[in-house]
Amino acid sequence: MMTAARTISFKLNGMPVTADVKPHHNVVEVLQSQFSLTGARETCGQGLCGCCTVVVNGRAVSGCLYLATFLDGTEVTTVEGLDTPQKLHSVQEAFIETSAFQCGYCTPGFVLMTTQLLDEHPDPDDEQIKHYLTGNLCRCATYPQVIEAVKLAAKKRKGS
Amino acid sequence: MTMTHDAPKAGSQVGRSVPRLEGRDKVTGRAEYTHTMRLPGMLTCKLFRSTVAHGRIKSIDTSEAKKVPGVFAVVTIDDVMKVIPDPYYGPAFHDQPILAHEKVRFVGEPVAAVLAMDPHVAEEAAQLIVAEYEELPAVYDEVDALTTKTYVHDVLKPAGTFADLKHLKDARDTNTALDYRLRKGDVDKAFAQAAHVFEHEFKTQKVLHLPFEPHASIADYKDTGVTVYTASQGPSFVRTEIARLLGWPENKVRIKVPYLGSGYGAKLYIKLEALVVALSMIARRPVKLALTFEELFYQITKHPSTFRIKSGIDKDGKIIARKCEVFWNGGAYADIGPRVTQKSGLTASGPYEIDNVWIDSYALYTNVTPAGALRGFGVPQLVWAYESHSDMIARALKLDPVEFRRKNLLREGRPHATNTIIKDAAVEKVMDHVLDRMNWSKPFDKSTGVVKRGRGFGISIKAVITPTTSVAIVNVSGDGSVTLYCGTIDMGQGSDTAMAQMVGEVLNVPTETVRVVPRDTDVTPYDMGTLGSRSLFHMGHAVQRAAADARDKLKALAREVGEPEGSNIPVRDLFVKKYGMQAGNVIGTGIFKPDYIPPAPGTGLSENVTAFWMVSGAGAEVEVDTETGHVKITKLVNVVDVGKAINPRIVETQISGAALMQLGFTMFEKMHIDGGQVTNASLADYKIPGFHDVPTVMDNSHVDTNQANGPFGAKGVGEVATFCVSPAIANAIDDAVGVRLTELPLNPESVYRAIRAKAGKPLEDE
Repeated sequence: MMTAARTISFKLNGMPVTADVKPHHNVVEVLQSQFSLTGARETCGQGLCGCCTVVVNGRAVSGCLYLATFLDGTEVTTVEGLDTPQKLHSVQEAFIETSAFQCGYCTPGFVLMTTQLLDEHPDPDDEQIKHYLTGNLCRCATYPQVIEAVKLAAKKRKGS
Repeated sequence: MTMTHDAPKAGSQVGRSVPRLEGRDKVTGRAEYTHTMRLPGMLTCKLFRSTVAHGRIKSIDTSEAKKVPGVFAVVTIDDVMKVIPDPYYGPAFHDQPILAHEKVRFVGEPVAAVLAMDPHVAEEAAQLIVAEYEELPAVYDEVDALTTKTYVHDVLKPAGTFADLKHLKDARDTNTALDYRLRKGDVDKAFAQAAHVFEHEFKTQKVLHLPFEPHASIADYKDTGVTVYTASQGPSFVRTEIARLLGWPENKVRIKVPYLGSGYGAKLYIKLEALVVALSMIARRPVKLALTFEELFYQITKHPSTFRIKSGIDKDGKIIARKCEVFWNGGAYADIGPRVTQKSGLTASGPYEIDNVWIDSYALYTNVTPAGALRGFGVPQLVWAYESHSDMIARALKLDPVEFRRKNLLREGRPHATNTIIKDAAVEKVMDHVLDRMNWSKPFDKSTGVVKRGRGFGISIKAVITPTTSVAIVNVSGDGSVTLYCGTIDMGQGSDTAMAQMVGEVLNVPTETVRVVPRDTDVTPYDMGTLGSRSLFHMGHAVQRAAADARDKLKALAREVGEPEGSNIPVRDLFVKKYGMQAGNVIGTGIFKPDYIPPAPGTGLSENVTAFWMVSGAGAEVEVDTETGHVKITKLVNVVDVGKAINPRIVETQISGAALMQLGFTMFEKMHIDGGQVTNASLADYKIPGFHDVPTVMDNSHVDTNQANGPFGAKGVGEVATFCVSPAIANAIDDAVGVRLTELPLNPESVYRAIRAKAGKPLEDE
């Protein structure tokens, strides 16, 4: 624990930022402790549940396994970067309108992965949805409603 | 907004699928949870845990840990007892020490705590602590626990809260933390008269809640009072218990609960709160303890169980006697196990009218992680047994499983085993609805290939935990806006929305405009706890009464300021007329506690044992691969009786969520324990349901009923869809391949072993 911190720079939800990180710090703890962003959460700590999902250079990663030092020079999007004060992201709207969450702890991960899914497959069928989101777990088991949310989000996206 | 004080438009808010009030906070990641909260100057705690299942502590060496730079303190029970001299807590027994005291009783029990600003420092230092134990024989199995000479506790210490535990005070040489009995009629005589007698034994495995927000608590102690931020399903109980431990009045203890990253019973009563309070007292700084996922396996689990069930059937297929012996594996500390044992135990004979019933239900201490309530308060373990048993009897007697049940069903107006008359329990209606959704009367293709098909179903009944109390406050502000103060915890079940709908209905305002105050015992009044599907009924009543009280006071205010009867003046104008400006409040209060008669000592009988009955049914269609034992669930039908649904969409989500959770407990979830050690304490090694485990067809519905004594005709729904999933699937497997599994989980290995055994070619044991 005596290792020295190093200063890294990256873009966080569009804003240039710096952070002091030690080699063992993961992305989740740096986002929480230095930026008060708590939408990415460490649950399983093994990269299996998806609660810690963040997007680095356009790719979804597990923030509990991804070392913060590797954020240097990247562009990072967290769930907090999706909406504006005026408007929710269409995926967020769809999750609300279909009640596709219960406790909400895993929801940011589902929301971020759904935005990625719709970038790749604008009109996904059930199998594509299940396959793409299989790395996101929900202990409240809101899976049937998430499928409805993804389909509604796809429709909203087409309409906009 | 103009809220008016005239009569509400019935049904404008209740019965509507209002989107959840907290939706925006949750989908944007901004909802607050204890696990991710921080206070200025806060220390983080990491625990050093026992590596033996049962032993006397010979020494704890913390010297190396204390030397780690950045360590603030290393705390053992000796330090705790300087600030809290009697450090034992618990809802039913005061049996759990804040840190291990003299003995350890399960692998994973907290023995010492390290405090540091940097959690990594605390974690590293915790690994340098060394403890020596004199190992003692341990007991793991619930049936062994009844007869062994190995005792988990030297003396039993009932908390005094529950009358039926008083006789266990100072009891020695026992592992029995409750022995509930029900005696109705004369079972021995009835068995002697029966044409057929069937006896079976069923087992359930050790599984756990795994809330995705693991337990977390932060204490901020000052000599003038303590504030605890905690992921708790029962802040009122936490406050009472912390006040007791400190010898303080309750008003010096403040418990604040933000949203919960779910609970399912894991976060009931008192968990980490006593420890963080003690640590904050010692450190004189805020202290946070947030469990890792692995540590959940050492906090609380579901009860493993053994259920011996024996039924006497007459020549017409009527059940004339039933004897139930249920052994609950409670782990090292009682937690709420004795209540699980009694409150579920009284329904062990099922949704059937049987004249002669004998029930023994035992809560037993063992040397494993403690067990508590998990989405059903023990009832899923019972239904697994009695609905498997129902099919086994029907099959043996070549009776139709539907007609066998129909002949014996508990019907409206008839006495339950406890002697309580059944009211508003749609047992037959639920069963018929399951059968309808399953197309049960249509021919079913069982297939003759390698993959065989089968179908099965089950029905169940539960008594809500009774008696319990809820209090609510409704505050109408000077501008007419409405705020609700209630202690029910929204842990994902949608209670904030449902409660706001009830307020909106009574006061005739849109649900979306009602503010539900975050839980804070300085502000929100008493509630027994968010558990056992009790909140919608109990707190719902309190909320309805509080809103009605506010409405009546608004009417009185209108009369006072000279408004004519039937005036539709906006509420804001009422306040202006009274106070000359936008000022003042109208406060409505509501309290609810149902009538109840405790079970009579000795017989367990009561003519009013529950505030309401919950009823559910499930049906499953499966495909069983006879070459691998793999079971695919192609259809799962879930039907529940919730009375009138307050929010149909949330009800549907609760049904599917509960059924899928139970599907995990049925098909694959299991804590593997070897010599007291949990060997699969991670999500990599303990699989939970994911997208690909959802049945091909899921059909969730509630029957249209009315709970006459419920708020707006409603009753609870959180647990009820878990009850029948396990027996429905086991009955379907038997229908497909003719093998009967009596122990959960129904994993491919168990199914394949049973298929091979039936074929006379059993596999060797491992």
